Amino acid sequence: MNSLKRKLFFILVATTGFIWIAATCWIYIGTTQEVENVLDSRLQEAARMVLSLASSDGIGSFQKDADSSHAAEFLTYDRELSCQIWSLDGRLVARSSGSPNESLYDNRTGFAERTIRGEKWRVFTAEDPTKNLRVLVGDRLGLRETFVADIMKGLLAPMFLAIPILAFLIWASLNQGLRPLRVLAVDLRRRNADDLTPVETKGIPKEILPMIFSLNSLFERVGKALRHERQITAFAAHELRTPLASLRAQAQIAVKARDTNTQQAALSQILFAVDRTTRLVRQLLTIARLDSGADTLLTALNVGDVVEEVVDTLPPSDRTVNVIVDPILRSTVVTANRDSLLLAIRNLHENAVRHMPRRGTIRWSAEATIEGITVFVEDTGPGIPKEELALATKRFFRGRNKSSLGSGLGLSIVDMAVRTSGARLRLLNRQDTSGLRAEMVWDARSTQGSSKAAVIG
Amino acid sequence: MRILVVEDDALLADSLRVGLGLYGATLDVVTTCTDGQAALATDEFDAVVLDLMLPDGSGLDLLATLRARGDRIPVLLLTALDEVPHRIRGLDAGADDYLGKPFDLDELAARVRAITRRQQGRASPYVSYNGVTLDLARLTAAVDGTVISLSRREFAILSALMDRPGIVLSKSDLEARLYGWQEEIESNTVEVHVHKLRSKIGRYKIETLRGVGYRMRPSSS
Repeated sequence: MNSLKRKLFFILVATTGFIWIAATCWIYIGTTQEVENVLDSRLQEAARMVLSLASSDGIGSFQKDADSSHAAEFLTYDRELSCQIWSLDGRLVARSSGSPNESLYDNRTGFAERTIRGEKWRVFTAEDPTKNLRVLVGDRLGLRETFVADIMKGLLAPMFLAIPILAFLIWASLNQGLRPLRVLAVDLRRRNADDLTPVETKGIPKEILPMIFSLNSLFERVGKALRHERQITAFAAHELRTPLASLRAQAQIAVKARDTNTQQAALSQILFAVDRTTRLVRQLLTIARLDSGADTLLTALNVGDVVEEVVDTLPPSDRTVNVIVDPILRSTVVTANRDSLLLAIRNLHENAVRHMPRRGTIRWSAEATIEGITVFVEDTGPGIPKEELALATKRFFRGRNKSSLGSGLGLSIVDMAVRTSGARLRLLNRQDTSGLRAEMVWDARSTQGSSKAAVIG
Repeated sequence: MRILVVEDDALLADSLRVGLGLYGATLDVVTTCTDGQAALATDEFDAVVLDLMLPDGSGLDLLATLRARGDRIPVLLLTALDEVPHRIRGLDAGADDYLGKPFDLDELAARVRAITRRQQGRASPYVSYNGVTLDLARLTAAVDGTVISLSRREFAILSALMDRPGIVLSKSDLEARLYGWQEEIESNTVEVHVHKLRSKIGRYKIETLRGVGYRMRPSSS
């Protein structure tokens, strides 16, 4: 699992560790240099001291003195110092007790490093040609390293001891710092699926607040959608009850009636009721699909093709009305979702047919203005009463001039489908004659640049 | 029994007209509150079956105006809104009964019979007068214990006469009880039905008051 706490913990521990290691290296290098300097100057001093003593007191007495005097001076490191006194012609005059028999000399005065019997030595050589003496003072490099290592050990031991304590402290402070997140998680986990009340923002650190605000606004949107869905479901349930009630009643009549005429009438009413219910269910499913926003692919479509497809596929019984498709539609191209446009045109057409007296004319045409492209259908039906025009696209609204088959969903579906295609639906009563004019308007302003709609020719 | 149905769904209205017709009721159907008001103001009905969601408003408004006017006509609310709060609101608004959609036709008929019975101040489903007993649920009559079968129209006339036995009902009163608006009435049809009735239940059970109308003959005369 991707844990923020764990990640932070490792980052903090790793960073601290890295800093410690860097500091340790720094100290190691510094200490090594310092120790070298100190010990080197001690070698130098010792060599010069021996040389000066040898010159004043003679060589013979020096050998005894060398051990005791230096022993007192250098404490624990006394045995590490070795001293050899040579004559300039290469004769070993004297040497301290701890020093090797081999010469520490490598033909240079000053500091030098030599390897004798597998051990590295740091040697300082001082000469006095007037006394014919050469004094060599050296110590083992290994011992120097041990000295530095001792210092480092003294430094690192408390550090390693502190690591677990530090880790614990880091872990604890992370826990404390991330507490609001955990509280939030617990709060969210405890919720019911339909509990969409906003999360409390009091006492929440300001780093988490943006998330809480987003969460609350999401809750609000989901709640809105949910309420909307419930409303639709309730409406749908309600709307299905009436056709079901008539189905049941007609079925009971068919069972109960004794004369065949009543029975036949009831049975045909049942068929009708089933058709209507089927249509209602189909429309509800269509609405659910449009609501989910599944049809979003927009393409350039020739409106004439779509209108003709709808007119041609309608059942023959609907063709008692005169349908005119203006040739201008053939050259009208709009950007829309094909399924949505088909759905809108079919619903508008069926609507027109259904609300028409036995004889009537439906005319499909288009207009291009500065405003944009308008594709419209006109019928010669009763139209929609003025006060109902605004309500006509509301779901389940059925006006005065309703047909027996209507569910109050048709225009609502058209409205939604037209919106999906980036246009809007406008309903008007015709001025010249009784009838409805339904317009699908593709606004020029919103479609500018992408040339979503165009009338060619 | 003449019933006004206020229901905007044509198919359901047809079901009610035919269905309740099978139970001997005469139905008139209107589709809006306004038409319902008009019908109740001009015609006389035994009961109203009222839908709540109507194109021009709520059935409850119609009910409220009806009760405000002091009309005591029995009202049954028949609606898809059948949640408990809706039922309570409907009953408190002055409805006599409440039935949710979908419903059972037999139950609806029985409930309509029940509310009209109460309206007439009766508790028993039987009406008796001078040896004639009507079973309103089964649409049958018994004369001195012998059950006889009657046609729907005959039963309607007999039950109209027996509702208020002392009262004289004119031919047009009976026609109003018998026929809805859409039905054609032949001029002598009431006479024909009364004649048939007399041959079934006995000549002297129904009295003709020439030029005035018909009534049940009291047992003493």
